[in-house]
Amino acid sequence: MRSDLEAIKTIDVRRHYKMGTNVISAVDGVSLTIRDGEFAALLGTSGSGKSTLMNLIAGLDRPSSGSILVHGRDLAQMTSEELAKYRRHTVGMVFQSFNLVPTMNLAENVELPMRFAEVDRAERNDRVQDALKRVRLSARLTHRPSELSGGEQQRAALARALVNRPKLLLADEPTGNLDSKTGEEIMNLIQELNSTLGTTVVMVTHERALAERYATRMIFLGDGKVLDAGEQLTTATVNIAGGVQ
Amino acid sequence: MKAYDLVELAGRNLREAVLRNSLTTIGIAVGVASLVAMLSLGVGLQQVFGKRLGRSGLFDTVIVASKQDFRTEDDRRNRPNMQSGEIKSLDDTARQTFEKISGVAEVYPEIRLTAELRFAVDGKAERPHFAAITALPTSANNSEAFEDLQGKFFSGPKAEEAIVLGEFARELLEMPEDTRQSDKQKLSNEDANRLIGKELTLRYAERATNNESAIAPSDSNKAKAADEAGANFDFSVVRREKKLKIVGVVNTEPYGGMRSVSRGRVFIPTGLAESMNFMQPSDLRTLMRASKGKTYMTLIVRANKPTQIPVIQETIKKMGFSTYSMQDASKTLRYVFIFLDMFLAIFGSLALAVASLGIMNTLVMAILERRREIGIMKALGASDIDVKKLFFVEAGAMGVLGGVLGTSLGWTIGRVINFGTNIWLQRQDIPTENFWYVPWWLVVGAMVFSVFVSLGSGLYPASRAAKLDPVQALRHD
Repeated sequence: MRSDLEAIKTIDVRRHYKMGTNVISAVDGVSLTIRDGEFAALLGTSGSGKSTLMNLIAGLDRPSSGSILVHGRDLAQMTSEELAKYRRHTVGMVFQSFNLVPTMNLAENVELPMRFAEVDRAERNDRVQDALKRVRLSARLTHRPSELSGGEQQRAALARALVNRPKLLLADEPTGNLDSKTGEEIMNLIQELNSTLGTTVVMVTHERALAERYATRMIFLGDGKVLDAGEQLTTATVNIAGGVQ
Repeated sequence: MKAYDLVELAGRNLREAVLRNSLTTIGIAVGVASLVAMLSLGVGLQQVFGKRLGRSGLFDTVIVASKQDFRTEDDRRNRPNMQSGEIKSLDDTARQTFEKISGVAEVYPEIRLTAELRFAVDGKAERPHFAAITALPTSANNSEAFEDLQGKFFSGPKAEEAIVLGEFARELLEMPEDTRQSDKQKLSNEDANRLIGKELTLRYAERATNNESAIAPSDSNKAKAADEAGANFDFSVVRREKKLKIVGVVNTEPYGGMRSVSRGRVFIPTGLAESMNFMQPSDLRTLMRASKGKTYMTLIVRANKPTQIPVIQETIKKMGFSTYSMQDASKTLRYVFIFLDMFLAIFGSLALAVASLGIMNTLVMAILERRREIGIMKALGASDIDVKKLFFVEAGAMGVLGGVLGTSLGWTIGRVINFGTNIWLQRQDIPTENFWYVPWWLVVGAMVFSVFVSLGSGLYPASRAAKLDPVQALRHD
């Protein structure tokens, strides 16, 4: 599914924060390109700038300077309304802490992005069912997040991220709060989506082993800079039932 | 985000913090109730006064006089030397013209005279009394003064009947002098029955028209000039007597026009008074003038509604007559009520102002509590406007609910207080009144105001929520 088209291109992206009199460079001149359909892992120690870069790509934050081109459109030049539209239709996000709305059941959580995208009401139910079926949570439609295990919550978050059929899936430490077995389950799902739907995946992680096992490319960050942009690894062969051969 | 999604999400959010949001809504309801109760009291009082004043006849009549007899300061200033030819006479033609003006209910002359009245109390010998007599049209029956009428009103416009004032009734009944002035107290039914149905003899001066000219025929030039001027209208004064049946006793003097210098103590129907051709003090003055027939000193023009008075007055003024009405006084009264309503509205709004702070507090608290949720929504594609709208709808929903509850509560409070006040009034032997009146515009206005205040209160929290940095919000625990 991978093509040579550029999905994401960052050009000398910087993100500085002021902390009192000090200026902290969370991202400091990052230039890299991620191609369409790639499964890229952003690796680095804590404070290396990987989450900040992820937020910039997600359109949740704006760079202090530089450009972030996603499918040719510069996020830095977009208005807040355009960025919201971009998040609605182009990006799906998965967080370490799942970030499901605790007062909504799973179906409602998954439906939420479709409300913002103004998807027709008649269509929503089918799409909710499909998304939850894909993450094998069809039986948990009416359950609230607090009634689910961590793995189930992350699967639900994944279903929610995909329900608007984004071209880009951004996962910030998706297995960080899960045990290794459940984490593996989630990673298999993400990999499956990448290979079957062709969704470009950018995953932030500090677990090198996980990245090596699932990602097609590893990008190393340190002190807000790209230490190693990494090259395309051998494409992992996906077993639909889960696991990598 | 589509409207139904906004409403659905807002409803869900409101239900999630049901206790806090209910308390806030009750706060708004109390504010609206206070506003509705205060304003409905103002409106009710205005209506009661308006109705009473309207029924007094003060505000729905225009008194018309000929410029010859009654000239205003403006007339004198603008036209100091009016020629007699310019002066319109207030005669039957003028009366008929006034009757045709749109909004005019009736036109009648103001008839007042002082006459001798003879009455025999309880079979004793007749005794003479002097009293001012006022003619009243049949429409005066609706006047407030006749609310506590003992007996009945005139049976017709020409009925040979009289209604006497309580004070004069006491005189007729030869009650002790010191009790006669107590006009606040009604005559006892027993005393009233001693008068009602009895005969009162009215002795008066009639203006009997002569057919011959009063100007000496020898002076032919003068007679000719007088004829041309239409002065062939002189009269004799003849003493007459008329038996009138007392049909009622009234406690307060009804409104009878402008010249209320001498207080009317006996009332007779205008139709009867006109047919009796009373000699009026003005007749002597009229005699000296060139006149083509019977003229009136003043005519009272009654409008269907007090609001029609300015137009009617202006129309008559343009015809060349002097007019007078109580509209200026009524304007002052209207201003008094506007200020009263404003004062009550401000007082009532205070509670709503406090309630609006409650909304603000609730929504600001909601932002703090839902910080992470707002971050999630933004990450999922909600725009700043979507978030702002969501908070606005929540504030608006509390406003609508508070408005409906508050209006009902205000209405109920009004009814309860009105009920209590009327029980008290009944015990004091005072006629009951509807002091609380909730008009439809107050219901709609209170609800709109409630929503408006709620949205205003939601303005700051909504914009604060919209500006929330999603990255910061998502980090929040």
